[in-house]
Amino acid sequence: MKRSGASRFFYNNSQLLIPLIAILLLTVFNLIRDPGFFSVGIAANNNGDPVLQGNLISILNGASELVILSMGMTLVTAAAGGQDISVGALAAIGGSVFVKVLKGGSINGLLVLAAFLACCAAAMVFGALNGSLVSFFGIQPMIATLILFTCGRSIAYWINGGATPTVASPILNAIGSFIPGIPVPTPILIVIAAGILFALLFRFTALGLYIQTVGINQGAARLNGISAKGIKLLSFILLGACCAVAGVIGVSRLGLINHETLLINIEMDAILAVAIGGNNLGGGRFKMIGSVLGAYAIQALTITLYAMKVPSTDVKAYKAVVIIILVIMGSPVVKDAAGRLWKRLFGTRRTGTAGKEAA
Amino acid sequence: MQEDIVLTMRGICKYFPGVTALNRVDFTLRRGEIHALMGENGAGKSTLIKVLTGVYPMDAGEIRVDGIENPIVIHSPQEAAGFGISTVYQEITLCPNLTVAENMFIGRSPKKSVNWKSMEKRAGEILENLGIPARPKQQLGRCSIAVQQMVAIARAVDTDCKVLILDEPTSSLDDREVEMLFGLMRELKARGVGIIFVTHFLEQVYAVSDRITVLRNGELVGEYEVEKLPQVALVEKMIGKDLEDLSSIQKSEVQAASETGDLYEAKGLSSSEAEAFDFHIAKGEVNGFTGLLGSGRSESVRAIFGADPVTGGAIRVNGKAVKITKPLDAMKNGIGYLPEDRKRDGIIADLSVRDNIILALQVIKGMRHPLSRAQAEAFADEYIKALSIKTASPDTPIRSLSGGNQQKVILARWLLTHPQYLILDEPTRGIDVGTKTEIQKLVLKLSEEGMGITFISSEIEEMLRTCSRLIVMRDRHIAGELTGEELSQEQVMRTIAGGGE
Repeated sequence: MKRSGASRFFYNNSQLLIPLIAILLLTVFNLIRDPGFFSVGIAANNNGDPVLQGNLISILNGASELVILSMGMTLVTAAAGGQDISVGALAAIGGSVFVKVLKGGSINGLLVLAAFLACCAAAMVFGALNGSLVSFFGIQPMIATLILFTCGRSIAYWINGGATPTVASPILNAIGSFIPGIPVPTPILIVIAAGILFALLFRFTALGLYIQTVGINQGAARLNGISAKGIKLLSFILLGACCAVAGVIGVSRLGLINHETLLINIEMDAILAVAIGGNNLGGGRFKMIGSVLGAYAIQALTITLYAMKVPSTDVKAYKAVVIIILVIMGSPVVKDAAGRLWKRLFGTRRTGTAGKEAA
Repeated sequence: MQEDIVLTMRGICKYFPGVTALNRVDFTLRRGEIHALMGENGAGKSTLIKVLTGVYPMDAGEIRVDGIENPIVIHSPQEAAGFGISTVYQEITLCPNLTVAENMFIGRSPKKSVNWKSMEKRAGEILENLGIPARPKQQLGRCSIAVQQMVAIARAVDTDCKVLILDEPTSSLDDREVEMLFGLMRELKARGVGIIFVTHFLEQVYAVSDRITVLRNGELVGEYEVEKLPQVALVEKMIGKDLEDLSSIQKSEVQAASETGDLYEAKGLSSSEAEAFDFHIAKGEVNGFTGLLGSGRSESVRAIFGADPVTGGAIRVNGKAVKITKPLDAMKNGIGYLPEDRKRDGIIADLSVRDNIILALQVIKGMRHPLSRAQAEAFADEYIKALSIKTASPDTPIRSLSGGNQQKVILARWLLTHPQYLILDEPTRGIDVGTKTEIQKLVLKLSEEGMGITFISSEIEEMLRTCSRLIVMRDRHIAGELTGEELSQEQVMRTIAGGGE
């Protein structure tokens, strides 16, 4: 039985169904509520440049940090079979290092680049620390990263001597909001750049195969010459780099570092994005695009709730209800039932294959 | 039911999808006897035990227990215990952080409220009675493995136990501890308990057992009194002489090692799991490691591949000294290894057949040099065709293939790397006869092309058909090497059985 191209495409991408349905439902819901919800307009910003505006732009822009973190979280989840809960704290450390370096001189392009590199280096070192605990000491990822989750914002506090210094520069404005002459918010462009970087990484290395192999069967990976420890460590270092980028975006948006509030609680949303994206939280196969869609779905939900004038204190409760529905829709029980229904309706099995496994 | 019989199993059948695990097996246990249940891996011992303890439902057959009129049906281990059938498994299933007394009574205290005093007193009596050197208040984890094992037995027999099943109880004990355990077994025997003793150690069978039942390929070979079954005969019965329709397979004469030089040579190679040994293989040679399970045959070949941490030894590949301490080293030296446990060590279950096939080649090329999608597809298609792997498509996850086809995928994975030396550990276990024959033929074809192959199989016949040299292992050491005229079933059995008979 050879599958047709289209049916194989749907089979291989069935895990994207849930985030796509979520986004579709939110879109339809918003369009019914307010047909102009997604209209994008052009308005002049503070500098008088024409820029894109509207709810759609807010969703895409506002999700940037979450999307980048969920990309890294996907890798850690797939390789280590667990989640990193220190990403918010790590972004705060990165942001603090960024500001610390910027405070060391008059801000120009070179200094911003140096600050960004220092921020990346610091975040990747801490990522490596997390990764070492997981791969060399065999600690559960959530426990290993609980350490940095607990102390990360204190470290960020020490870096700038307890202050929440502000930094102002047209260059930071360009990173955090708009580059003069380009109407698209820069964070959206950064997300696109990160997506391209990861796409190139998977295209020009076999990292994807390695990570999935380690996540599915660590012992067999070793017997096939793959260093499972090294791959897990690498995934945490890459997540560290993602934290650095998210931290820099966060700092540039505000022009200051507040180590206590920068990207607070974002780790849970990042984990959720990976889950909504249909990735197995126990590790193994992954689709990064799923996590990205999941992250946008979460942000769309938040913006929708704000647009509906739900008080910000209540937003979390509404979010929880929607998330429960999404997670149940993606659960094995519902998936199996849907698979059976599909079989009854169309006579073909989406999950079925050749012979049954012999005992 | 006869007076002294405590358990009879008649015509027990158990089928798994595609496999007959037990085919009309009979088993009889008498009061106060130690009855060894023997057979190679896959013979059906553990399936029989699991049917008896209610872990698996049986598909046909009848179980009768002394004192109960009608045949019984057992649905769970708890029910089995209710019928007086208790099991002590190889791994200790007690709680090391509780005391000995707590472990003996936990989960089955007579009343809801627990009287620790009387429980400890009772535990003390039982331990003393059976001569088990443990104190009731002692934490179990602080006792030696043997004593923990004995506590588990004491717990099992304290309920009104007629049948005690000991599943590989001695595998992690030293000689002195084994003696202690045997003492306890004899004590229980004297009290009339029927003991089913599952083990791989032949000497131990002869040391304590009264009777032996041998299974092979899910069928009963026979029940024998120990005195009437010499060790060589037992090995023969376990391994069998089933000649399948494989007579067409002819092994080629191997070039003498002196002609071509050794492809691989190890001196004093040892690993965390294998004792030091010497080994060599020539180009185009097919040799094999044999010996009973636990004799160290798999551990030795794993050491060659660096699968377990290598602790010593000098290795030469094509005459050049090399270091092989991890699988990647071996792979880069052109060595491939098909592991014994396909499911645990071989397949990457959720990945597609294609990814499973290209995995080893990709790793040898390195992470920074990925195979293109087109290359990967071409390789996968080529080997799916060459080995006639039955799969819906190369995209199908390997876990949904049958065992034989999974094995072919792993074989394809290594053939794709074009190894000069291929190690196949039980490549034919648990797969159908047709695929078995295919694999044996492939082995001979590859050797003709100059590949060195080390082949391990539990079926001696299979090895005699394919190997020109057999390394026989016993008790983790090489007991002998057989070549040419010596390659006969009898000689192999004699070497495996060692001095005895």
